[in-house]
Amino acid sequence: MPTAPIIAIDKVSRIYGNANATTVALKDVSLTIEKGELISLVGPSGCGKSTLLRLIADLDTPSQGKITVNGHAPEQARKQREYGFVFQAPTLYDWRTVERNARLPLEVMGRPAGEWQARLDKMLAMVGLRDFHQHYPWQLSGGMQQRASIARALSFDPAILLMDEPFGALDEFTRERMNMELLDIWETTHKTILFVTHSIAEAVFLSSRIVVMTPRPGRIAATVNVDLPYPRNFDTREDPRFFELVTQVRETLKEEFVGHV
Amino acid sequence: MAESVTSAGELDTTGHSPRRWLWLLLGYLVAFGLIAVVWEGSKALFAIPDYKLPHLAQIAEAFFRPTPKGPTWLILIQDALYTAFEAFVGFTIGSVSGFLIAALFQRYVHVRRGFMPYVIASQTVPIIAVAPMIVVGTGSLGAPPWLSKSIIAAYLTFFPVVINVLRGLESVDRDALLLMRSYAATDNQIFRLLRLPASVPYLFTALKIAATASIIGAIIGELPVGSTRGIGVQIVVGSQYNTFNPGFLWATIIVAALLGMIAYGMVALAERRIVRWKRPES
Ligand SMILES: Nc1ncnc2c1ncn2[C@@H]1O[C@H](COP(=O)(O)OP(=O)(O)O)[C@@H](O)[C@H]1O
Ligand SMILES: [Mg+2]
Repeated sequence: MPTAPIIAIDKVSRIYGNANATTVALKDVSLTIEKGELISLVGPSGCGKSTLLRLIADLDTPSQGKITVNGHAPEQARKQREYGFVFQAPTLYDWRTVERNARLPLEVMGRPAGEWQARLDKMLAMVGLRDFHQHYPWQLSGGMQQRASIARALSFDPAILLMDEPFGALDEFTRERMNMELLDIWETTHKTILFVTHSIAEAVFLSSRIVVMTPRPGRIAATVNVDLPYPRNFDTREDPRFFELVTQVRETLKEEFVGHV
Repeated sequence: MAESVTSAGELDTTGHSPRRWLWLLLGYLVAFGLIAVVWEGSKALFAIPDYKLPHLAQIAEAFFRPTPKGPTWLILIQDALYTAFEAFVGFTIGSVSGFLIAALFQRYVHVRRGFMPYVIASQTVPIIAVAPMIVVGTGSLGAPPWLSKSIIAAYLTFFPVVINVLRGLESVDRDALLLMRSYAATDNQIFRLLRLPASVPYLFTALKIAATASIIGAIIGELPVGSTRGIGVQIVVGSQYNTFNPGFLWATIIVAALLGMIAYGMVALAERRIVRWKRPES
């Protein structure tokens, strides 16, 4: 039985600028995302990935088109706290310890500390920060900071996780480990995850579906179903099918590039 | 986990070892020795008369000279305490009002545009010219004599607080704000949970400037005729009788300088106790 998509994007455009100079960040983008999917948006920088994420999150508004999140307008979804947002930079507040950073959304939303503390502890343990509750951000490595920000996004149990290149600033080893952790989180929490990256390999490794985007103007060039079985692990990266899919995505981007020259 | 973690405890210990204190003390002594050599050396070399530059011994002697009300150093400390009281009242009024003005300016851009020029203009007016008016004005209204000094201290205090706190409240980055927006936080929550804590280090920078400025303000308020108490009064006395007692003026200057340093040090101490989330400087 088909259910309503959790995110529906219908012919959305976003044009920045004034009368003199305009940038078409997104043009006629349509996409539907089902509940529980882990979708990656992949494409070179400037193709509008962040813009699309911000529009879904109601941190920005479309110039044209319509977005529906969980059956209503993005603004309502934001006010009902239906998504958690993870930025490329950890964006932790310097003056708060790891635990108090992760608790920030609960404080803003007025959720009773007693009831939610157990969940908060669980999320911090899940991202491997069990022993770092009382540390300040400067005392953590970049990878640990980003994990704290993921725990923060999960602390209030939103249905959707919007992640904008969360591992972009990490070294490759840390990034691969974080990818495994994210898959763990996805498999245990059944969240819908929209994940932005400019790494094709990362997109193939994580996602059930990849949305390939191209710039000038930003739009969707193709979507690729990733038929690698879950749970995925380090062997997945050596699977011949993994390489086929990486090549397929790369070819799509190349064709788009050549087609425009 | 392979990631390295520095615990706060490890880094903290080096700051307070007795050896460090000894080095610090040695540094102060060496600096004082150098100043003394340059002081006495130039006095001898250029034959500077005592009323222009007394011997260090004359200054020390001035501190211990007896007066009808007790030894000079005791009198000077009593006056300094009075000035400190005036300055503290002014500092408090100035920082609280400066903070409120900054918060108002941050929240309402139009208010800022309208009033900022006046805030800046207030500091370009020569305070020496305004001080007697304030002293005479409040005096004629029957206010206690210390109040006019406190007002001048507040006048010099509020400006650095407005400027720095405003910068601090605006110092939050775009993502930190978007994060709040993603939680559908109210403006008040954004202020309390993000802007206010982000401004704290800036506030302390301002308060350190304000602490010394408030002392200077109180002293300036004590200079006009009619004032009877405070280290500023002693400075006036010292300059009037400089030829007869060349060490005394410098003694009052030293006490005034110490007062400013203590005020600064107290704010710096409070800062270290309150701003604990920062990476320690090595
Ligand atoms: N606030 C903005 N104002 C003007 N132009 C913007 C703004 N945000 C993004 N853009 C432009 O829109 C395009 C897409 O940007 P972005 O969504 O950040 O791309 P990506 O995240 O894929 O790198 C770029 O050309 C960028 O310069
Ligand atoms: Mg981006």
